[in-house]
Amino acid sequence: MKVTVTINGTAQSADIESRKLLVDFIRTELGMTGTHIGCDTTSCGACTVLLDGTPIKSCTMFAVSADGHEVQTVEGLKNGELHPLQVSFKENHGLQCGFCTPGMMLVGKALLEKNTSPTDDEVRWAISGNLCRCTGYTNIVKSIQAAGAAIEGN
Amino acid sequence: MTTTHDPITTFEVGGVGHSVLRKEDDRFVQGAGNYVDDIVLKGMLHMAILRSPVAHARILGIDASEAEAMEGVVAVVTGAMLEGYNLAWMPTLSGDTQAVLATDKVRYQGQEVAAVIATDPYIAKDALAGIFVDYEELEAITTPQQSLATETLIRDEKEGQTDNVAYTWEAGDAAITDAAFAAAHRVVSLESHYPRSHPSPLETCGCVSDVNPITGQVTIYLTSQAPHAHRTLFALVAGLPEEKIRIISPDIGGGFGNKVPIYPGYVVATAASLVLGKPVKWVESRSENIISTGFGRDYHMTGSLALDEDNRITGMRAAILSDQGAFFADAQPSKFKAGLFHICTGSYDFGAAHVTAKGAFTNKAPGGVAYRCSFRVTEASYLIERLADKAAHEIGMDPTEFRELNFIKKEQFPYHSPTGFVYDSGDYHGAMTLAKEMIDYDGWREKQRNQDPDGKLIGIGIASFTEVVGAGPSKDYDIVGLKMFDSAELRIHPTGKAILKLGVKSQGQGHETTFAQIVAEELGIPANDIKVIEGDTDNTPYGLGTYASRSTPVGGAATSMVARKLREKARKLAAHLLEASEDDLEWEVGKFSVKGSPESFVTIQDIAFAAYTNHPEGMEAGLEGVHYYDPPNMTYPFGTYIVVVEIDQDDGTWEVVDMVAVDDCGVRINPMIVEGQITGGLTEGFAKANMQWISFDDNGNCIGSNFMDYLVPTAWETPKFKLGETVTPSPHHPIGAKGVGESATVGSPAAYVNAVVDALWSRGVTNIDMPVLPHRVWGALNGVDAKP
Repeated sequence: MKVTVTINGTAQSADIESRKLLVDFIRTELGMTGTHIGCDTTSCGACTVLLDGTPIKSCTMFAVSADGHEVQTVEGLKNGELHPLQVSFKENHGLQCGFCTPGMMLVGKALLEKNTSPTDDEVRWAISGNLCRCTGYTNIVKSIQAAGAAIEGN
Repeated sequence: MTTTHDPITTFEVGGVGHSVLRKEDDRFVQGAGNYVDDIVLKGMLHMAILRSPVAHARILGIDASEAEAMEGVVAVVTGAMLEGYNLAWMPTLSGDTQAVLATDKVRYQGQEVAAVIATDPYIAKDALAGIFVDYEELEAITTPQQSLATETLIRDEKEGQTDNVAYTWEAGDAAITDAAFAAAHRVVSLESHYPRSHPSPLETCGCVSDVNPITGQVTIYLTSQAPHAHRTLFALVAGLPEEKIRIISPDIGGGFGNKVPIYPGYVVATAASLVLGKPVKWVESRSENIISTGFGRDYHMTGSLALDEDNRITGMRAAILSDQGAFFADAQPSKFKAGLFHICTGSYDFGAAHVTAKGAFTNKAPGGVAYRCSFRVTEASYLIERLADKAAHEIGMDPTEFRELNFIKKEQFPYHSPTGFVYDSGDYHGAMTLAKEMIDYDGWREKQRNQDPDGKLIGIGIASFTEVVGAGPSKDYDIVGLKMFDSAELRIHPTGKAILKLGVKSQGQGHETTFAQIVAEELGIPANDIKVIEGDTDNTPYGLGTYASRSTPVGGAATSMVARKLREKARKLAAHLLEASEDDLEWEVGKFSVKGSPESFVTIQDIAFAAYTNHPEGMEAGLEGVHYYDPPNMTYPFGTYIVVVEIDQDDGTWEVVDMVAVDDCGVRINPMIVEGQITGGLTEGFAKANMQWISFDDNGNCIGSNFMDYLVPTAWETPKFKLGETVTPSPHHPIGAKGVGESATVGSPAAYVNAVVDALWSRGVTNIDMPVLPHRVWGALNGVDAKP
């Protein structure tokens, strides 16, 4: 099937099998490997992307279902300079192995668009669909809050 | 109380003690990491593995013709085919053998039976349905107790194997311990099962094997925590010349011990690439990861303490029955079949201990990997810290006082333990004092005394752990014969920048930053000017890799030592440049100056330039070196963790309401990174105490084979932690560091469980095994046996 998905602002068309998952479309057809695969049950959130601004798990969506939609991946976060989330994850040691990080930042982005000063619990709830095995989450929460403060400050 | 190490370098130089931001993060935050599954090679094929649906069965036949006929399928590989290449079996890191693809029997659910190689990963998976295997089911042996009692042999292919025993082992002195128990005023005992758990790093295991049909060069991109050891094993398994094998371990998405063993998938993909002449990629699904690779723990432990009338511990007995799964595939040092479990005398001073261990084969996946721990030290720490708490409760003594009474005292170090370790340093009372102060221990006990007996029950749990990490001195430590040294190679370029190459391999610990900081400390070259290379066997010196908290104790020490070697050469160059005698020079960070005339100096950068442009006659050009470090002893990180929980009596759920972790890992190279390791470890410890559990039904079906059934904590369940530190430098490590990646996973599980049992002690509850699930708590409170 022919699909056209706008990825990070650029329309991408391809003729693909209808069963191809969105995550495989992004990773293998488009070669954008910042979106990761950590499970096969929609549990870990490593494959999180934003679909029309809302976090979804791209391992549980067919690429054809994204036809005509806008998808943002981690590769689209930087806009000339690093996004405040990218800066704050670095500054607050919000990552270790880096595998969950793209998903965490994208969920953080969706959260901060609604609320730039989320409480600890609000951040924890927002990222509760994303697993991290390294950090114990403390610094991820801190990073998202710091990015919110930076966005607010601008 | 000892204090934080004061940095001797400026923040710009970024030596030891500075929270330098991580150099690796730029690529990770931009989605530009390079993990194994991100690697795409020209003409690459994809592999999927057919796994056994049953736990124990004889294979009567395999018919793959339907799969072979499918469009896009290039080959189907079976054990019978591998036999032709002598590759159907492979050695494990514990000296056993393991089936690559099953030929005679399957011995656990999820065992590798056949593999499909196809042009597309979807097709490879589709084709698995076109392979038909005829199984004759056999009795499934799912517990080590059953394994030792049955006549059914799991490893019937092994010559001379007449039972299901994988190994037996002991440490300590039985006679002295018997005497201590005979004279005991009181004996405290505990039976406990440390359940099977899975490290489940967020990136699963996988490889891209690329055998060049013309040159014979074998390049394997591998999720490997130990690339050099893996190269040697590949050479031995496949009979390939070692110089033609290159293992590249790119960015690794977490390891925690899961990526130490060699798995059948790696071997099959490599064999397939060899035969087909094309690169072959294999990446596990999460379910495959959980059911087949690298579980941890599964120790059935019985422990006892002998106490005298003054409540001092006088002896300890521990007996272990270990569920090894179908193959003995842990990576234990060959001298220590039960790993370093004999550190189980912990932080306490007594002279008699005896430990026996027996491993049993069962119809479960092999493993027993050191899941974020140094070779069974987690199980050891759990047993002694549960016993210490139980002893205090049985005596009616405060558990912190019981510990303080029995701790090894600061002035007793180096301390010879009754099982043969020489603890290098410690200050257990210091860590306890700080932890109690930070959490307001007395205040919580007061609240507990005044609690509403019908409301939420408060429990306070303590663990004062001692680890043994940094394997290890070559006289005692090897894995399949490879001595456990590690290495560093350092080259300083003419412009004063440097490249450091290591035998260890980061999986997220931040080596690119931390190890550069060690060089910055030793030579004054800014950490940001030092590139760190790991995980490429063609381009790094030989080392045993990263696990068991050994990178800083061994690889970090090698880094210091090679930098010091270069500093000595730099001294000669400085003497030449300053026209002074070497003896008249003094070093301060980043420069040599003439004693008494500080204005007469050369910087390390000046010296590096001279090494290539103006070196004295008779001296070799360049400024580079390599050091293989053989540690004189292990290091012994320690700490005290105190947890406060509240238990809901109605439903048995429990919540951590306060927690303090005081860690002493010696000198902290990068405090920010150290704290990140600790909060991560505390979370994994909580996970095991609260939810993580790989269980099986009586037929050997793995219950909990995905992230919906095998629960790992999200941010929502994870407790909040307060961290404290004391600093007791390792006396034998060049910069006094001890390793910290695993302390919190080792120390914290007992603290959580002790807290729950403390809350329930007055209700007659003396033990609940992990994971402390709500129905178990509720069952214990209500006198109902709620197992499992």
